[in-house]
Amino acid sequence: MGENMGFLEYFRSEKKGSAAVAKERLQVVIAHQRSSRGRHAYLPELQQELLTVIRKYVQISDDQVHIQLDRDGDCEVLELNITLPD
Amino acid sequence: MSRIIVVTSGKGGVGKTTTAAAFATGLAMHGHKTVVIDFDVGLRNLDLIMGCERRVVYDFVNLINGDANLNQTLVRDKRIKELYILPASQTRDKEALNLGGVGRVMEELMKEGFEYIICDSPAGIESGAQMAMYFADEALVVTNPEVSSLRDSDRMLGILASKSRRAVEGDDPIKEHLLITRYDPERVETGDMLSVEDIIELLRVPLLGVVPESEGVLQCSNAGEPVILNEKDHAGQAYADVVARFLGEERPHRFLTQEKKGLLKRLFG
Ligand SMILES: Nc1ncnc2c1ncn2[C@@H]1O[C@H](COP(=O)(O)OP(=O)(O)OP(=O)(O)O)[C@@H](O)[C@H]1O
Ligand SMILES: [Mg+2]
Repeated sequence: MGENMGFLEYFRSEKKGSAAVAKERLQVVIAHQRSSRGRHAYLPELQQELLTVIRKYVQISDDQVHIQLDRDGDCEVLELNITLPD
Repeated sequence: MSRIIVVTSGKGGVGKTTTAAAFATGLAMHGHKTVVIDFDVGLRNLDLIMGCERRVVYDFVNLINGDANLNQTLVRDKRIKELYILPASQTRDKEALNLGGVGRVMEELMKEGFEYIICDSPAGIESGAQMAMYFADEALVVTNPEVSSLRDSDRMLGILASKSRRAVEGDDPIKEHLLITRYDPERVETGDMLSVEDIIELLRVPLLGVVPESEGVLQCSNAGEPVILNEKDHAGQAYADVVARFLGEERPHRFLTQEKKGLLKRLFG
């Protein structure tokens, strides 16, 4: 900030700050959210294909195949649960 | 052909219900048979905003459970022809809605010839909000010019792109529209509020409209009147533009700059 900045200018530049800071912070947050997003886009499709394969052998409904992705430290764990009818 | 449109946001209190009520009313004013569904199970509010709370007999959960049929459940608007409200249930059981049941209701509404089915989503990104967006063809993402609202909108965009019926079945993605509400041009000019340009740059979703912060919204909700019916109010006018734009009309964006200069600005600006 300039030393000779007048009172009004000081006032104004302070104000300019708050929305600009918000924007910068949001750029980081949103970029982060989006980078982790696309990575597992295949999961629904995987679930559908698994269903198709399993249905060749046993009749099960959509909710009997359950896929879940968990994080274990640095590791990502894909948990697959298939409930077979008795 | 029917279009299912979800009004969603992630964050609470940003103006989803205000928007759903105005948008549905506007579509019906253009002559389209429209129903607006309250998905906020346990916290019914749309009926109040639409001013039909005293005529609610059955609700969405009754309909899904087969306790009432569609004709008994839909509340017909008294002002606008072709406008119907499907009220939420007041049950505290959040699990009362299920995808199968919601899907059956959607199909029935389509068979009844509804051109637009507007889904007013509850806040959050959990089951209620996911239920509201699951069958959507298009989404109005309601965002306030404020950090937490923007972050939540972005999270909701991620959910639309991965958890909706269209995503799961590999159909074309949900068509997204950005709707910025509670915009205050004066605060944007002083640098305290994110601008329309900032928000578009951050979210990268096509802009459908900007609704200014307006006193008329509270007055209209007090009276049980969708704000779009108030032609004098700026928010009402902005919603009218939004509807016309949605239906393919070209309308310039209004209320993006300050109208009258405040005293300080006149002295120093
Ligand atoms: N353009 C506006 N100008 C002024 N006030 C507004 C505007 N839009 C909405 N509001 C007010 O903001 C509050 C929240 O609005 P609304 O109920 O529509 O939000 P919501 O997103 O549906 O909330 P919830 O997440 O709880 O369902 C209400 O008091 C409403 O009157
Ligand atoms: Mg609401």
